[in-house]
Amino acid sequence: MSTEKSERLLNLLIMLLVQRHYVAKDRIRRIVYGDSSTEAFEKMFERDKEELRSLGVPVELGQMDAYFGDEPGYRIRPDEFALPAIDLEPDEAAVIGLATKVWEHATLAKATTEAVRKLTAAGVDIDVTALEIAQPRLAAEEPSFDVFWEAVCERTPVEFDYRRSGTAKTSTRHLQPWGVTRYSGRWYAVGFDTDRGAERVFRLSRVQGPARKVGAPGSYEIPADTDIKEVSRRLAPAPTVERAVVLARSGSAWPMRRSADSIEEDVAGPDARTSWDRLVLTRGSVGLAEEVLGFGADVYVEEPESLRDAVVQRLRGAVS
Amino acid sequence: MNGGQGAKDQVARLLTLVPMLHVHGQMRLGDAARALGVSPDQLLTDLKVLFLVGLPGGYPDDLIDVDLDPLEGPEGALADGMIRVSNADYLARPLRLTPTEASAVIVAMRAMRNGAGEETRPIVDRALAKLEAAAAAGPTPSTIDPGPDGVDPEALALEGLLRQAVEQQRQVRLTYYVPARDEESDRVVDPRGVVTSGGLTYLDAWCHSAEAPRLFRLDRIAAAQALDTPIATPPAAPRDLAEGIFARSDETTLVTLLLAPAARWVVEYYPVEAVRPKRGGAVEVDLLVADRRWLGRLLLRLAPHARVLQPEEYAADFAAAARAALDLYS
Repeated sequence: MSTEKSERLLNLLIMLLVQRHYVAKDRIRRIVYGDSSTEAFEKMFERDKEELRSLGVPVELGQMDAYFGDEPGYRIRPDEFALPAIDLEPDEAAVIGLATKVWEHATLAKATTEAVRKLTAAGVDIDVTALEIAQPRLAAEEPSFDVFWEAVCERTPVEFDYRRSGTAKTSTRHLQPWGVTRYSGRWYAVGFDTDRGAERVFRLSRVQGPARKVGAPGSYEIPADTDIKEVSRRLAPAPTVERAVVLARSGSAWPMRRSADSIEEDVAGPDARTSWDRLVLTRGSVGLAEEVLGFGADVYVEEPESLRDAVVQRLRGAVS
Repeated sequence: MNGGQGAKDQVARLLTLVPMLHVHGQMRLGDAARALGVSPDQLLTDLKVLFLVGLPGGYPDDLIDVDLDPLEGPEGALADGMIRVSNADYLARPLRLTPTEASAVIVAMRAMRNGAGEETRPIVDRALAKLEAAAAAGPTPSTIDPGPDGVDPEALALEGLLRQAVEQQRQVRLTYYVPARDEESDRVVDPRGVVTSGGLTYLDAWCHSAEAPRLFRLDRIAAAQALDTPIATPPAAPRDLAEGIFARSDETTLVTLLLAPAARWVVEYYPVEAVRPKRGGAVEVDLLVADRRWLGRLLLRLAPHARVLQPEEYAADFAAAARAALDLYS
């Protein structure tokens, strides 16, 4: 690897960082770019600036003072450049250290590690062994996830081909993404759909082919009252919970027993082949009939009546 | 590594290394390399770049001072000496987080917050508040939310226990629910790894009760206890579940089912041998069944949207099971 470019980038950075005022382009050229031709300098300087910016270095363009006319200059403000002081307790630092293991996604795992390195470099000692905490894992298998993530961070509009559920047709959509959110292991993008002129939610797994960033970063504002958490809640409406009372043969229906609110043993049951226990359950109503049906003649529904009717009706359908 | 990306990464590393040294005064080459995730060789190359840069005056005093002597042994060999860097005070603070870094770490922390127990949640909250303040100048990472799900603290604790047992090569006692038999049983296993397939998480382990490798679905493990005893079988990597989790067994029966639209999901959920579309959105499906009780429970769950076409004794089994369940209500 040539180290010449690293040297040049660092010299440029240091020069712009230690100057109190904007530095004129020809001075930058003289000091950092030596005897390169005008064309070569312009090209290299453009690229170097962008590389520093992509590292997060705030290279600022401004007007030099009146004396120099309207010649543009560059600078890096030390307070904009440096990580603000962050004073972490050892346990807080340990939690942050564990964050490096959460992402199961190459780009974001790397970004998290870089962030933690910078925080460590700022003097935070991270001892991850000191803390007992469960480790969640966040995956993002959707191929377009990276593009939407970047677009949200930069506020860049996105164009993509989208297939709505239940249709085979794909249409090209345009979105100013406000945020991305996850529900049931799937990622969604929320934003302003410029074709429809309204807020829309898109499931990233239904995006066909690559998503494309179209337009400049920062080209729209995210409404101040946008609450991505609220959108997650809307995607995941609270399940309707109901109370159910069932009888289970002793020694059967283990998963129901585990989640039961209470169990009353040895109660009168629908037959005398075995003894029966009464289980009180609080449960999302979706899927409860299937769960009961799966236990066949080992589980009997007492209430609610709607569940009892559903089970009986489905069994009648099966034997007819 | 291509030159452009290499230079960018190298600059990023140096901008982290200098503040790190500033805080610690000095660091061993090996320790610093580990902290930055590179080899000591690479770090020495990085330091040689730092050696050549500095203030724009062009005088020797303007350059960053790196003491390379303790890092180079005889005949160009690497020595794990102390790194000392001076004359670089203007780089004493690390570079602020990029938008991607800030949002990646904050979203990871939010996911941890959802999974944290009562005791650790306040710690995560404190750390998160400080991080968010430090990143406040950037764009708002509050626009990315890891969502409310998949963060059941008990499930995470179980997964943590199992992963640790795998790492330490220790046996685990499991209380495991077998749905086909509607039974919970205790067994001792030699854990091999935690793997995911189709959105579910499994422990791959050698089961000493079955005397064979088995996959245990984490959501069916009712209790797990890490034992002090080391594993008794040779350590093995967990199997690759890319092909699906349903191993072919020799003792299978080919069963043909007629599935109404409401039961069609079976085709996507279980490996099937053949699918033949029928009128009205129904499908005829052939599948290999290793466990007759498993099929019985599946059919009951699907009632009345699935029927057995072949073999006849399976159809009779199911009819009898449905009749017996219905009789409870008469």
